[in-house]
Amino acid sequence: MANRFSIKHQPGFTAIAATCFIVLYLPIVVLVIYAFNAATSTSEWGGFSLKWFQSAWQNTQVIDATLRSFQIGATAAVFSTIFATMAALATTRTASYPGLTFKYAAINQPLMVPEIVTGVALLIFFSRIKIFTGYSGLGYLIAAHTAFCIPFAYLPIRARLENMDLTLERAAADLYATPWRTFRRITLPLLWPGILAGLMLAFVISLDDVVITEFVKSGGQDTLPTYMLGQIRRGITPEINAISTVFLLLSVAIVTLFFFISRKHD
Amino acid sequence: MPDKPDRNAIEVVKVSKIFGSGEGQVAALDTVSVSIRENEFFTLLGPSGCGKTTLLRLIAGFDFPTAGEILLYGQDIAPLPPFKRPVNTVFQSYALFPHMTVAENIGFGLEMLGKPKAEIKARVDAMLKLVKMEALSARRTSQISGGQQQRVALARALAPQPKVLLLDEPLSALDYKLRKEMQIELKRLQHETGITFIFVTHDQEEALTMSDRIAVMSSGKILQVGSPRDIYDRPSERFVADFIGESNFLKAEVVGVSAGRATVKLSSGTEIPASLPEGLVPKGKVTIVVRPEHAQLSAASPSASLSGTVENIVYLGTDTHFHLRLADGEPFIVRRQNSRGTGDGIVQGGKVGIVIGGDAAQVLKD
Ligand SMILES: Nc1ncnc2c1ncn2[C@@H]1O[C@H](COP(=O)(O)OP(=O)(O)O)[C@@H](O)[C@H]1O
Ligand SMILES: [Mg+2]
Repeated sequence: MANRFSIKHQPGFTAIAATCFIVLYLPIVVLVIYAFNAATSTSEWGGFSLKWFQSAWQNTQVIDATLRSFQIGATAAVFSTIFATMAALATTRTASYPGLTFKYAAINQPLMVPEIVTGVALLIFFSRIKIFTGYSGLGYLIAAHTAFCIPFAYLPIRARLENMDLTLERAAADLYATPWRTFRRITLPLLWPGILAGLMLAFVISLDDVVITEFVKSGGQDTLPTYMLGQIRRGITPEINAISTVFLLLSVAIVTLFFFISRKHD
Repeated sequence: MPDKPDRNAIEVVKVSKIFGSGEGQVAALDTVSVSIRENEFFTLLGPSGCGKTTLLRLIAGFDFPTAGEILLYGQDIAPLPPFKRPVNTVFQSYALFPHMTVAENIGFGLEMLGKPKAEIKARVDAMLKLVKMEALSARRTSQISGGQQQRVALARALAPQPKVLLLDEPLSALDYKLRKEMQIELKRLQHETGITFIFVTHDQEEALTMSDRIAVMSSGKILQVGSPRDIYDRPSERFVADFIGESNFLKAEVVGVSAGRATVKLSSGTEIPASLPEGLVPKGKVTIVVRPEHAQLSAASPSASLSGTVENIVYLGTDTHFHLRLADGEPFIVRRQNSRGTGDGIVQGGKVGIVIGGDAAQVLKD
């Protein structure tokens, strides 16, 4: 009975699903395969080889860009998760009031404003500050990444908070825990899986960013994605495929790691 | 037994709690006053939505009264936040901390009070023993049954030895058999710890069997406070009589009042004595209440208080219910305990007399 109306049994559904999967994953599979291509061009197959991985590994520009990506990503993830946690606590631990919707919108602004607009705005804003202070380090990139990572860190934390039973905090207060100790001993431990999810998500989003980074970075501040973009403009070699493949493996590893950590906490 | 039997643990003085404002305003509590004595098992009884939880929340400090004050051993507790009130709560949902073990849950309050480790351990062990949960102390709270969670919630709230323990319908989630067991268990715990219990329930049977005193609530007001016997035998208002046990309501007219008792004339013209709620001087038309087991059947004769026709006889093993129709058309139920070999000739459709004894009738306030 119920099966008749299940989406699995709608005609053509399987075919559509299969097509989507192929469209999504085939290019990635091709990309990974060509990373092992011995030829110099990406359009012909010259036999199996690991030489592009070796060449990427020895390319100091690649190594620098990767380290920079990780440095920016880790710092931005930590800061944005701290801000997101505070924002989530502030927006879920109060009764609903007229200005609340506006606050949600403000927190989620980076999801709604086109990245290119944010990029241009930050370029202009930061260039003023650069002139004023003379500082031109990684701080600008970290600040920009922190800002646009906040909504991504915020969403899983808020979801977790909304599902949390408020009587637990009340019970702690009833058992002589001050508000701070209630937070430390009850709220935070129960929120932890959400915070970890936010942290991972923010890190991955930062790692992946091109548009805003492209506008904000100063000379010699390429992250891995902007470096790759620059290389592609000069012509594609399978080295890009090799870097992408490593990048892909890293992302999968992070997501898997997160999955196991959050399962352990539940 | 309390050494000073009249000492009040909690005094609720003219407390009101109003939620919302304007049109959607709800008076969850309406000028409620009640005193709860030290060491007693006090029950707030009333239908869902009458304000029981609200009153507990005000005592625990999770919310503040709109008006009035709450005294704990004579001291106004309004300025104390929940974590400074020597009062603990057993929540309806238990609210056990899911990331802690049974023992950690029970020790939480003592830990927050800054007790030394050794003392915490000793008390947790004693509590585990008290609620018979020694074997499961290292379990996560998600790995124990509902009845066991209930025990842990109790132990956790009792461990810091509060001055007053608040219990919000703690047994409502349990099945019938477990509920009966826990009722006895709760009485035992209250007796052994000597802590004042304020127990909330909407189950009149539970209230009658467990309480030293009961406050019957309706729509944010306390209607009557008294021992289970008082409440059952001498309900002061129709709502109380209706909510607790079965009742026969009769129209009557007051013909005389003396020494706290009235003489009332029934519709049949018979005059019977009736007791009065405290402070009531009735006159004119009143309603009286007679419990079904407080009236007797007799042969239809002029000496009976009332007479009626037997409409239905329901045999229930331990007793029999006679559903009667009075001469004025009102229904009346008489309950009689069965003994062996009673064939008394009362049959469906027959005429019978109803005898309402000297202490069976009670005048109601409304
Ligand atoms: N936080 C609240 N906001 C608005 N109304 C409430 C709130 N808490 C309780 N009420 C209202 O107050 C009344 C009493 O509620 P409650 O004390 O929970 O009743 P009980 O515990 O006897 O079932 C109900 O009408 C309820 O809807
Ligand atoms: Mg309630």
